[in-house]
Amino acid sequence: MSAGGPLSTDGLVQLLTADGQRTAHEQFDPYADHLTADDLRAMWRDMTLVRAFDKEATSLQRQGELGLWVQSWGQEGAQIGSGHALNGQDFVFPSYREHGVALTRGVDLVEVLRIFRGLQHGAWTPAEHHFHLYTLVIGSHALHATGYAMAMAKDGLVASGDPAKDGAVVAYFGDGATSQGDVAEALTFASVYDAPVVFFVQNNQYAISESATRQSRVPIADRGKGVGIPSVRVDGNDVIASHAVTRWALEHARSGQGPVLIEAFTYRMGAHTTSDDPTRYRPKAEEQLWAERDPIARLEAYLTSTGELSDDFRTEVEAEAKALGERTRTTVRAWTKPDTLGMFDHVYAEPHASVEAERAWFDRYQRSFADQEATR
Amino acid sequence: MPTYQQFNLPDAGEGLTEADIVTWSVAVGDTVEVNQPIVEIETAKSLVELPSPFSGVVTKLLVEEGETVEVGVPILEVDVDPDGAAPAEPSEPVAAADAVAEQPSPVAEESATSAGAGAPAPSAAAAAPSEEGSGAVLVGYGVKAGSATRRERVEGSLEPIGGFEASGDYPVLAKPPVRKLAKELGVDLTTVTPSGPGGLVTREDVEQQVKATAAQTLATYPEDDQPWLASGTTTRDGRATRVPVKSVRKRTADAMVQSAFTAPHVTEFLTVDVTETMNLVARLKADRDFADVRVTPLLIVAKALLLAVRRHPEVNAAWDESAREIVYKHYVNLGIAASTPRGLVVPNIKDAHRLPLHALAVELQNLTAEARNGSTSPRAMSDGTITITNIGPLGIDTGTPILNPGESAILAFGAVRQQPWVHEGEIAIRWVTTLALSFDHRLIDGELGARVLADVGRVMQDPSQGLVWA
Repeated sequence: MSAGGPLSTDGLVQLLTADGQRTAHEQFDPYADHLTADDLRAMWRDMTLVRAFDKEATSLQRQGELGLWVQSWGQEGAQIGSGHALNGQDFVFPSYREHGVALTRGVDLVEVLRIFRGLQHGAWTPAEHHFHLYTLVIGSHALHATGYAMAMAKDGLVASGDPAKDGAVVAYFGDGATSQGDVAEALTFASVYDAPVVFFVQNNQYAISESATRQSRVPIADRGKGVGIPSVRVDGNDVIASHAVTRWALEHARSGQGPVLIEAFTYRMGAHTTSDDPTRYRPKAEEQLWAERDPIARLEAYLTSTGELSDDFRTEVEAEAKALGERTRTTVRAWTKPDTLGMFDHVYAEPHASVEAERAWFDRYQRSFADQEATR
Repeated sequence: MPTYQQFNLPDAGEGLTEADIVTWSVAVGDTVEVNQPIVEIETAKSLVELPSPFSGVVTKLLVEEGETVEVGVPILEVDVDPDGAAPAEPSEPVAAADAVAEQPSPVAEESATSAGAGAPAPSAAAAAPSEEGSGAVLVGYGVKAGSATRRERVEGSLEPIGGFEASGDYPVLAKPPVRKLAKELGVDLTTVTPSGPGGLVTREDVEQQVKATAAQTLATYPEDDQPWLASGTTTRDGRATRVPVKSVRKRTADAMVQSAFTAPHVTEFLTVDVTETMNLVARLKADRDFADVRVTPLLIVAKALLLAVRRHPEVNAAWDESAREIVYKHYVNLGIAASTPRGLVVPNIKDAHRLPLHALAVELQNLTAEARNGSTSPRAMSDGTITITNIGPLGIDTGTPILNPGESAILAFGAVRQQPWVHEGEIAIRWVTTLALSFDHRLIDGELGARVLADVGRVMQDPSQGLVWA
């Protein structure tokens, strides 16, 4: 790790050390001090649930039930910490690994798997959860998020001073996305228009197999500085620090002071997707090093040391995680093939003549197959 | 009652069509839990462990280790209700699995270009547009060509589907490539039962016919031993067995062809008195610091080669044909050719040039153990820079080894024997071995190869030379 490069740990905000000690931080303690034991237990619960779900989904892919799965393992701290900082007015644009954030937005995780089974492009109503559909194209949604944020400002949904009204946008993407032109354009637009958007970069160190050192010469947070966006680096495996930093950034954006870029320094413990074999490009020792920085174990150690994690609560969450795994399995297995005509349903909000014509043609085409009954 | 469920081989990557079964971790009669690892498979991308989708008792392993299996084929049967009494219906594949992986139908494998050509009745498939795989996947390894399947169409079909039997009243329907295949294999098309649309004889039908009429057992004669090979297909004359080439064998073959026919190999030999090396090995075996590792002459050869590379770093290089450049490696990943249950592998010791003798011994031992139990990782086999092949334990004097692709030199270490040898002006019984170094003459001239080999020999003859060069 060269000093000052993208893998440097310089300037990382940390409120909880790797072994679970709470440390003081002048700027960000005020954004964490409100957290009660209940709040922290809720974060621990959410991280535990999303990890259990992630593990079950990985098994389902290996059993042929899903075409693909994208593991969030290792990134729960960054996702749950930031997700818990959001309010109901905020709007999230995720990429495709943000299962933890989905959970905090009230999305039923099992429904997410419809995408990975190839049944639906998006399995929830974004307006209902203020959580946009997963974006598989790398970085393109940074522009959508910026545009949405600019519109929120124009609609007066920012800087009104009314906490029940003011909101901001959060765009989640990874270190690899920062190499995309779309992200550079989004940062520029957000900066010059003071758009109320928080760019939350989970630097999980690899763009598939390409190390972050091939994406940047400097810490990724420095990208923000180049276009005049206040930027913060945070230990993404520290759920409390991730929460505090996001809370600060959201207040900044909601109050009309413009965008913020957060680089959550974390690590993808699993493969990029189930189609990937990380042993081909990263050493075991590196995975071991990051296993010792696990976000769940860290919060667990802290709560245990303060006597705030009872055995009853632990048992209750374990049972909940197990039940989620079982519900995931039985639900996914029961899914049948969707009606392919459904793909025309949400192209336009209102009926559209050419879409209707295409739907009718496609229906005729489908009926021309001998095995049509079996596959529809 | 017992309820049997089958597990179909899933596509563990994106667009993979097949995988090799490497190791079963369960056996018939074992109780399995949901998500318990049951089998390790090797795909074109990686080794993958598959978890069981059921809990119950394993009743059948439907494929054997070493077999290459197509995606969608059942590999395991589990009784998910082992306490039940009455036998149930034959097992059904998990219904959900085909939601993702569709099984190709015979029709699907007909090619669009030959469909209908030369056949009197236009086939149903001819009317269907070609539906090629897009090749676009998230991780960028690409979809195997031809993996897309095509569906049978109703429109334009002259014959009712599946209702046609070939009879003497009709000419045999078959496409030209299939007719050619039948001719080559000596199959009379009129004797083949067609399975294609409209009574078309397919390639599979012809192959099936060959199998049905082929000799099923090896011909044996009174004086012969019992046939030693149980697997594979016996040829029609009953005198040979054909076994498909798979996984490690396939990769070894490709690597050897690539190496042998691109790099011009030169091999040089050196016979050397290694009595001092044998004395050193004996001394190290008795050394308390080396009590935790196995010390063999291979360790000293490895060290000698590392010292030689240090004095002649140009030998530790690769030829990059596409760039027309020579890549000089400033590190040594020392490969050791190893024979394993799965075949020949060449794992390497990373940054071997930095290791002190004890650490090198430990790495050698680990590498051998991993190779032996089959747990050598793909990473351990990549990016080797120079290799040793240790053929001595097999009792062989020496050989002319073929380079590991991507490397420029390989050292063969033959048997060490006691032989009469002129030592200090007299004939004495000494430990003697022959070293052989093959190298790529595109970038290594005979002189450089000779110097490297001579240096290795010099250290072997007098290990204290290592102190001078270290």
